[in-house]
Amino acid sequence: MKLRVDYRASLRLVGTVLKYLTVPLLFPLVVALYYGESVLPFVVTMAVTVLIGTGLERLAEEPDIGAREGFLMVAMTWLAVAFVGAIPYLIEAHGIPFIAQPIHPESTLGNPANALFETMSGFTTTGATVLGDISFDSHTRGIMMWRQLTQWLGGMGIVVLAVAILPELSVGGAQLMDAEAPGPGIEKLTPRIAETARALWGAYLGLTVLEIVLLHGLNVTGHAPGMGVYNAIAHGLTTMPTGGFSPEAKSIEAFSAAAQWVIIPFMVAAGTNFALFWHVLTGEPKRLVRDTEFKSYLGIMGVISAILAGVLFFGDGLMSVAPAGETYDQVYLEGIRTAIIGNVEPAIRQSVFQVVSIVTTTGYASMDFNAWSAPTQYGLLFAMFIGGSGGSTGGAIKIVRWYVILKSLRRELFTTAHPEAVRPVRLAGRTVDERAIRGIYAFTLLYLVLFFVSTGLLHLDAARAGFDVSILETMSAVAATLGNVGPGFGVVGPMGSYLDFSNSSKLYMVLLMWVGRLEILPVLVIFTPEYWRR
Amino acid sequence: MRVIIIGAGQVGSSIAADLDDTHEVVIIDCDPERVDELNYSLDVLALHGDGTSVETLEEAGVERADMVIASTDNDETNIVTCATAKAISEAFTIARVKNTEYLRTWQRSEKAFGIDFMVCTNLLAAESIVRVVGLPAARDVDSFAGGKVQMAEFEVDAESPVANQTVSEADRFDSLTFAAILRDGEVTIPRGDTVIGPGDRIVVIGSPQSVQGFASSVSPDEPPGTAEEVVIVGGSEIGYHVARLLEERGFKPRLIEQDADRARELAEELPGTIVMESDATDIDFLEREYIGDADLLVSALDSDEKNLLVSLLAARLGVERTVAVIDTTPYVDLFEAVGVDVGVSPREVVAEEITRFTRDGGAENVALIESDKAEVLEIEVDADSVLAGKPIQESIASLPEGVVIGAITRRREFITPRGDTVIKPGDHVVVFVDSCAIDDVSPKL
Repeated sequence: MKLRVDYRASLRLVGTVLKYLTVPLLFPLVVALYYGESVLPFVVTMAVTVLIGTGLERLAEEPDIGAREGFLMVAMTWLAVAFVGAIPYLIEAHGIPFIAQPIHPESTLGNPANALFETMSGFTTTGATVLGDISFDSHTRGIMMWRQLTQWLGGMGIVVLAVAILPELSVGGAQLMDAEAPGPGIEKLTPRIAETARALWGAYLGLTVLEIVLLHGLNVTGHAPGMGVYNAIAHGLTTMPTGGFSPEAKSIEAFSAAAQWVIIPFMVAAGTNFALFWHVLTGEPKRLVRDTEFKSYLGIMGVISAILAGVLFFGDGLMSVAPAGETYDQVYLEGIRTAIIGNVEPAIRQSVFQVVSIVTTTGYASMDFNAWSAPTQYGLLFAMFIGGSGGSTGGAIKIVRWYVILKSLRRELFTTAHPEAVRPVRLAGRTVDERAIRGIYAFTLLYLVLFFVSTGLLHLDAARAGFDVSILETMSAVAATLGNVGPGFGVVGPMGSYLDFSNSSKLYMVLLMWVGRLEILPVLVIFTPEYWRR
Repeated sequence: MRVIIIGAGQVGSSIAADLDDTHEVVIIDCDPERVDELNYSLDVLALHGDGTSVETLEEAGVERADMVIASTDNDETNIVTCATAKAISEAFTIARVKNTEYLRTWQRSEKAFGIDFMVCTNLLAAESIVRVVGLPAARDVDSFAGGKVQMAEFEVDAESPVANQTVSEADRFDSLTFAAILRDGEVTIPRGDTVIGPGDRIVVIGSPQSVQGFASSVSPDEPPGTAEEVVIVGGSEIGYHVARLLEERGFKPRLIEQDADRARELAEELPGTIVMESDATDIDFLEREYIGDADLLVSALDSDEKNLLVSLLAARLGVERTVAVIDTTPYVDLFEAVGVDVGVSPREVVAEEITRFTRDGGAENVALIESDKAEVLEIEVDADSVLAGKPIQESIASLPEGVVIGAITRRREFITPRGDTVIKPGDHVVVFVDSCAIDDVSPKL
């Protein structure tokens, strides 16, 4: 069989990306130096990336990227960075034989499956964690900064970043970005794709810096104790990619209401199509206000938040007795009940924060929403399927797809009554191509099939391993990893972790995060024989 | 005035026939037999030749001509002819086109192609069709400023709620001006306390929506506008423009087109229209979609015979009024005799428009009220106009009685004229002028 895919070209580009991963690795290295920690985890990783990178680069002379090579390159890049990115965690836990002692031998990330889970969760901006004890007692600040940085790199997309800075990707760049970018299709903002990629990354970088400055500003003015420079940077790096890794065990609950209010608009921005920011900056602010998807996005979050704020305010949304074995206790529960019930600001803040966090798939928590009553939790489970806007850093199915699906279903109802009617589906006045609609149906159906099948598989595997999880917990774990949301309910709740799942379940979820981040089709296609044959 | 007409088809010869008694007309055609025929039948000079060639135009005396009208059936020929004429003479050039893209280009600069005035056959035909839709109570409707302004004339009968009301009572619409009341053939310029009597005819000028709204307050029994159900058969350019113009006026028409690709294209272009892909002579389909319940059916297929057939079929199914596009001008009377309610000939419409334009010179657009009692003019205001740079109160005072500023459009946006509105150069103004005042007023504007 003669392969029709030039896999060497794809792998060569993966090599180039790996080689350049050395540069961001400098950041946690500097942090480690600052705090007087060992820089070995990062130095070794840098050496490994350069080695593998240059090795792969020798595979092909001049890579010629077509559509098929693009899928392979993008899928392989994400897998490769996840593997390489796990190295610092492993070194922290195990040290290097004959050279260095382990720094934190008790770290849960010493288990390779856990380390891979954590990096994949980071790069895909899922934010699901197996860290166990989230504190600077069990992990160095440098390692924790690397964990936050993986999310920031993955948010706008490693490949988009590569297109922005690597001249050799100027030709196949659109192809690659299309395979990686969230949402159906990409919008070329400028004639040159590298400039488009730079514009997107520029907006992303700008918003991140702005958030860091504002958060630290709150700290300086005394409105956010705990939001020191390290925490301000850490949260800036994990909000904009809709990641959700926080170096605080209590996530955003650890900070003041003011800090929580500041984070909300940045999560909203992260779930917005970044092309719209470009239009705002280039003098067309009306495009933002007129955008149908943006309006639906705000509308959906507004409606769900309003409902949840109501049930929280009147107390129906909160449990009254803490179930045994939960991640919180009766004292915690009584505390939040007195804080929220009957109080307008906390009720609104908690519901808005949680809804925005889940819909945008950020996954931060401003409280342990395991303390919410079952119906309100189902509301959040439903929100996990909505997702941010196309072209944002958010995950899940995305507003634009739901919008097109609803409109085309309405069209079906109409043509049932009037078979001769010709009705194009319109999105903000523009007609949507019928092939694109078919693609959206296929994606959504695959997403749901994958959700149900995975829930079944994980539940079986948990039973096999003797791990006691409810079906809601399993469903939320699948929705949270496939949609790159992060926390689910119960054991995988915002204050819990995925640690207790078996290694096989964790590796399966690594696959779900990978497939979910790249929006299923670009990954699944490389597993079909038709892809490899002529 | 010396007028050169290129193209002696139905449009060209009809214009020539209209102008030959008052103007010096030269007509050019490339068919020698047609040229011979015209030399005998009309008092014009008919020449044989190609209108795009400099020699032919010079032979026709283009350097002495005041106006060149290019009216062949070919858009590009007409455009090139005008450009050629402009290059070698000072003549005012008029081109007839079918393709609305050319019209749009020309409207952008109004200098494009060296054309001073462009008329678009398909658009004009569509406009004249749309005029009969929607305002059953109106006796006459005309649009100005690219459809942003409408003039309508209503007859008020004794049962109308508006009868015996004062103008200020009847005027409940923001963007509507009462231009005149016609009573026993006399033109009155109404004031707020003027009482509208039964039998009066009211001329209003305003935005299409407000005219529409006023129509329903004149005769609520005949609900005009959105309630009216319109079916368009045939997705030709004319059919497309009819649907588009109706959409602009808030209708939700249905359009039937047989060709799948064209149907899809139209459905994409026309968000407010329900496009159906079917043969309009398929009776099962027509019955299933209750086409017979429609108030109006426009047939705009590419053949006169098919249009006749569809109109007759529709009338038989119960459609109240049928309008057919008829390419062959002489068929119009015949078709109306056998059962089509209104026949519209695109060529005739264009010929009328050009003739009207040649008569009135400077104005952008003219409508005649009661044939000659008054005129409604659309004028682009230049810096020399008495209207420019002053509040309307002041400029009206310097004009004779019988002049009403009906509407203003600025950069294609509608502005309601009030006493303190200041008109700027470049604005389009729609003015009602009593015919006694017309000769006095025209040059000042």
